[in-house]
Amino acid sequence: MKDIGQSTMMEPVIQADALRKAFGAFTAVDGISFSVRRGECFGILGPNGAGKTSTIRMIYGFSPLSGGSLHVLGQDVTNRKQLRRVKYRIGVCQQDNNLDPELSILQNLEVFASYFDVPRPEATARALELLKFIALENRRDTPIPELSGGLMRRVVLARALINEPDLLILDEPTTGLDPQSRHQIWERLEGLRARGISILLTTHYMEEASRLCDRLIIMDHGKILVEGRPQDLIREHAGRDIIEVSEPGEELRTFLRERNLRYDDLGHRLLIYCDERDQLYREVSGRYCRDGCTLRTATLEDVFLKLTGRELRE
Amino acid sequence: MFVISSRFLRIWHRNFAVYRKTWKVSFMPPLLEPLLYLAAFGLGMSALVGEVSWRNQSASYIVFIAPALLSVNMMYNSFFETTYGSFVRMYYQKTFDAMLATPLFLEEIITGEIIWGATKSVIASSIMLSIISLFGLIRYPEGLLLVPLSFLAGIAFASIGMYFTAVVRNIDLFNLPIFLFITPMFLFGGTFFPLDTLPGWAQALAWFLPLTHLVEITRAIAIGPLDVFALWNLLYLALFSAIFFPLALKKMRVRLIK
Repeated sequence: MKDIGQSTMMEPVIQADALRKAFGAFTAVDGISFSVRRGECFGILGPNGAGKTSTIRMIYGFSPLSGGSLHVLGQDVTNRKQLRRVKYRIGVCQQDNNLDPELSILQNLEVFASYFDVPRPEATARALELLKFIALENRRDTPIPELSGGLMRRVVLARALINEPDLLILDEPTTGLDPQSRHQIWERLEGLRARGISILLTTHYMEEASRLCDRLIIMDHGKILVEGRPQDLIREHAGRDIIEVSEPGEELRTFLRERNLRYDDLGHRLLIYCDERDQLYREVSGRYCRDGCTLRTATLEDVFLKLTGRELRE
Repeated sequence: MFVISSRFLRIWHRNFAVYRKTWKVSFMPPLLEPLLYLAAFGLGMSALVGEVSWRNQSASYIVFIAPALLSVNMMYNSFFETTYGSFVRMYYQKTFDAMLATPLFLEEIITGEIIWGATKSVIASSIMLSIISLFGLIRYPEGLLLVPLSFLAGIAFASIGMYFTAVVRNIDLFNLPIFLFITPMFLFGGTFFPLDTLPGWAQALAWFLPLTHLVEITRAIAIGPLDVFALWNLLYLALFSAIFFPLALKKMRVRLIK
């Protein structure tokens, strides 16, 4: 927040209007509009090929826009001078663990700091501070190839913070990690959020999105399907609770139709979306359950599958 | 068009930091390989060849080929750095992707890589130069010009290499420019025998090759006479830089900016 005045404090960190990205005849991002507020954690969710990565690549200046407008930290990213200013003030965690394998952990951070014109002594101080943050201060000289996937991810996260960014951009930060590593990353991200850093994150883990995101959008085929706070989206699109019935019989289907209840029929399984949980559950489980019947809280995953469908992608 | 700021030096520093980590290994090939060639051709072949005439003067075979091997060393070290070296960083290590998420722009990254390739040429030829100078194969003080020359030649061959890196689909395809471009130059660029022993048409072809001109300058510096021809040779090398440097930037943008 160095060279921005008081008036811009309220302006969104990211403002996308009718943003479009096309590769030849294929449209990856199809005119989406959204804004990210200062200090919030904003999620972009969607199945593979939904346009998540294409969207954030435009935000950090990797891909030129095919249409629409995009302002990041108040700067127009289609203007090269302004884009350079943006690039100084964002931290990006890409999908690949693209660390320099020949260099140690500490050197990786120091070299990266030099790209941001951080002077050497300051770079070393920041790198050591960040190593503490990711709990790797005792392994500063470890060569990168000796690290596990989870540790590499933590180093990539630390590297993205070396310029003390105003906006942190994370492209699927925990894909391919074991649960322990994933929780490690989540704790770090929650710590950063508490410090007031704005975060933009793509993921296809709904648990991750519910836990971290203040607001999110779900995308598919380059378009935004819904936008909102995770809890609101769940209430709106999946209700409070879900009754899952295995091997449902025809009587149950008739019953649901007669009562005009919302449900999804997956053949061998039936999902009933409900708000008056106990009564309906007693009724369904008592009269129509042959094989198994569970009552659970609705999650973001229910919303996601409901909106983007259940068929396989790619 | 594009503007290249001095930020490309950050890339140079990054590559230098990696080089310092591995210098014990990277030091050896430019040191040993030319020495092996020099021993094989200089000692072994000298007995068969005897004296060679170049520009109306007579030189021993080893004096004749030493500058040529120095030129080949400049070519190899810059060309291989921006082909195999840069390709590994670009394609396998995704180093360029990471850099593109910082204030750096692609033109700065590629410029840094090419300048680094030229630096590899300087390092390798300086090592070799000091060794062969011990055998009295280079005249001084003219010989000192070989150091800046190795940088200029390095830019030409590093730019050509970077162009191929931008256009090859996979790393195995580098065999093609090596087989069709680098190896013919190594053999027919006036390196192991004077060009005038070739038939006329072959001589004409050889004068299109950048290495031929580099060998001419190197020899003019090392043996003499250093005259206006060297300037034309230098201009020809500069022409290659002037064509391939912007071409490499352009093709890299096509490849990486999506």
